[in-house]
Amino acid sequence: MALSGVEIFKLLPKTNCKKCGHPTCLAFAMKLAQRQVSLDLCPDVSEEAKQKLGEASAPPIRPVSIGSGDRLIKMGEETVLFRHEKKFINPCAFAVEIKDTQSHEEIESITQEVIDSEIERVGQRLRIDAIFVSNASGDGAKLQEAVNIVLKKAPQVPLIIHTEDPTSAEGAAKIAKDNRPLLFGANEANAEAMAKVAKDLKIPLGVNAKGLEALSALTDKIKSLGVEDMVIDSGARTAKEILADNTCIRRAAIKKGIKALGYPIITFAQRSDAMLETMIASLGVAKYSSIVVLSSVQKWKSLVLFTLRQNIYTDPQVPMQVEQKIYKVGEPGQDAPLMITTNFSLTYFIVTGEIENSKVPARLAVMDSEGLSVLTAWAAGKFTASKIAAFIQESGIENEISNKELIIPGYVAILSGAIEDKLPGWKITVGPREANAIPTFLKTR
Amino acid sequence: MAFALPTETYAGKVYEVTIGTDKTATFGGENVLPFHNFEGTIPHKPLIAYEIQDVPPEDWPETLRKVYEGKSADPVTWAKHCQDDLKAEAIALRLIGTHPDRENRSAEEAAKTVSDVLAAINVPLIILGSNNPDKDSQVLVAASEAAKGRNCIIGKAQESNHKTIVAAAMANNHKLVAMSELDINLSKQLNILITQMGFDKERIITDPMCSALGYGIEYSYSVMERIRLAALTQNDVIMQPPMMGDIGFYVWKVKEAQASESDLPQWGNLEQRAIGWEAATAAALLLSGAELLIMRHPEAVKTINSFIEELI
Ligand code: B12
Ligand code: SF4
Repeated sequence: MALSGVEIFKLLPKTNCKKCGHPTCLAFAMKLAQRQVSLDLCPDVSEEAKQKLGEASAPPIRPVSIGSGDRLIKMGEETVLFRHEKKFINPCAFAVEIKDTQSHEEIESITQEVIDSEIERVGQRLRIDAIFVSNASGDGAKLQEAVNIVLKKAPQVPLIIHTEDPTSAEGAAKIAKDNRPLLFGANEANAEAMAKVAKDLKIPLGVNAKGLEALSALTDKIKSLGVEDMVIDSGARTAKEILADNTCIRRAAIKKGIKALGYPIITFAQRSDAMLETMIASLGVAKYSSIVVLSSVQKWKSLVLFTLRQNIYTDPQVPMQVEQKIYKVGEPGQDAPLMITTNFSLTYFIVTGEIENSKVPARLAVMDSEGLSVLTAWAAGKFTASKIAAFIQESGIENEISNKELIIPGYVAILSGAIEDKLPGWKITVGPREANAIPTFLKTR
Repeated sequence: MAFALPTETYAGKVYEVTIGTDKTATFGGENVLPFHNFEGTIPHKPLIAYEIQDVPPEDWPETLRKVYEGKSADPVTWAKHCQDDLKAEAIALRLIGTHPDRENRSAEEAAKTVSDVLAAINVPLIILGSNNPDKDSQVLVAASEAAKGRNCIIGKAQESNHKTIVAAAMANNHKLVAMSELDINLSKQLNILITQMGFDKERIITDPMCSALGYGIEYSYSVMERIRLAALTQNDVIMQPPMMGDIGFYVWKVKEAQASESDLPQWGNLEQRAIGWEAATAAALLLSGAELLIMRHPEAVKTINSFIEELI
């Protein structure tokens, strides 16, 4: 937990020597508490103080990552309980389970589904992030085989290897070690041996204990064995348990500064009922899971979950926005229609999607409105006739098109006269209100 | 050091609201954040009402419409189907046909529909207007009178039309939905205006405005969380009414609930996607504080019921 200025002051040399550039040690301590300066500025600080302060300034939830390259999964580092306080930082990862009892073909086909799961939504590439290979057979050789099949087909996809047997763990994790997998399955009974495997291979360790008290004791123990990167599982499996444990873990880490619970959480959402599984996974997304394990890849389920994750993890202060400019959809010629909208990502992507659907090449002028939707921007005075006119004039688009006609969103039909006044020589046409009417509108003009 | 579970206690409590007369339904009453049974009490499960409307659901997408085929030509048959076959615990009748841009049905016609539906069911009824503020202030007054004595919920009262609707709900002893637009301060202000007219705050249901998954749900989610935190941690009595999520109405118009798999193969099966969309929207709003959900697809309702069972 963050220390107060006075608490930090007690750890400083208290000589007021000013070498740090501050008049007193107390003044320096105050700046440290606000994280405005770095401790390095004081040359005389003791080793003990350094360690204490270092610990205190570490994020309440440890950053842990698995995988590598552009598929690296970052977890942890969260600082709040509610998204309106501050942006949630590292979006929860989705992993799909593969059992080592499944056939070679099944394993390959699920791996392929994971590779194909990537879709684009509102400008972001979203996908099933990882594969969870479980040692359902209890046989170490089988686990290795399954890991091998996956690695061969998708060497870049981050892996979670699940087994409670240290020998099998070592065997399987070794083959995947360059990809920095998560080794899941340390518990009270096998802690030493599992910690050794994780430590030797320098990979993160997934830790399971029933309940938060046992879990925190176990993470402390594993930390003392030299493994710092952990992902935790309190054994919560029902929705009720997941909500309670995840909430208490997040609170303990952030509000109480309990380091032993300051790790990313893994949640198991697998259900025979795909709809219910989607709900349990949604709970994980909303309530603090860093990895959610699913039983299968289904496109509809992925879309639901990707969208929810994207929504929960957007910045509550700054809406997602796109750059102000005139975008081309298709290959518009000189006489192609010119339309205008605001730079709220959602608005931009919906409208571009519908223009694409129309198959009519067009230009879309996207005006900076601080990421607000058409009506919100209009109501907030950011999508007004004079601003639109100025934007169109400054864009120089006039020289690229043959007929000066601008199509405005139906919801702001009221602006058409005023824009016409401010843009002499231009014709303003009111388009449909809803974007889904754009294809018919463009095709029948 | 012994490990102490970091539980919290809250200063405030959500009002408990009971609706209906014959078979009643109660929601709200908890003194903790949504489903935090580990640190407080949650006397009632959230209530799900099946949405029906005064005109046939021709504007509903095919995936949804076909579920009610042969049952939705008139609101009475539709309501009975929801109550008897789908085991609805409450029904929400939306008088969408009164909208001036739609069938523009009169307030009298709407009142007749309300009486007919009430005569046919014994579960509680929620009566919703068409969200046209002017028309609603006539329609909901007539509907309120027609439902006198049945302890319904009437809505939605918005800032621009609350006076007439509040008066009608008060005169006929109904509960009231107060809807504002995704802003905690606007929501609080509307509740204050309503109580200043002499309406009990314990009879309000707050609708901070719903949005569908992918279309602004993060705003509804956070406004609900903030309202609930104000109610519980700051004991702000004007923010303590239970909250409503008007799920189906917002979900079934988005593209993800309508586009076919052949047009968008990467989006997968339409039916499951649409049901999942409604259910996930409902789940998110339950987790942020809604106690009353208005939903449309029986499979989505079924899923949410199982989800609630697991959470309670
Ligand atoms: C979410 C929301 C907000 C969010 C902002 C979200 C954002 N990034 O913009 C917040 C909570 C911050 C907000 C604030 C405000 N809001 Co607001 N908000 C909404 C809400 C619920 C949804 C807006 C949205 O995201 N729509 C989705 C996007 C995709 O829609 P869109 O941009 O309009 O695009 C569609 C069409 O216009 C069309 N289209 C778009 N571009 C083009 C281009 C062409 C050529 C064509 C043909 C079509 C087309 O296609 C799209 C899909 O169909 C609406 C109500 C509603 N349900 O619509 C109110 C709404 C827009 N807000 C409103 C108001 C008044 C405000 C505030 C001024 C006050 C308030 N109520 O809080 C503030 C102003 C903000 C500020 N900074 O000052 C009013 C506007 C009133 C009016 N009739 O103009 C609305 C309509 C609510 C209402 N009924 O009163 N709001
Ligand atoms: S350099 Fe260190 S000892 Fe000197 S004043 Fe600054 S904090 Fe105090």
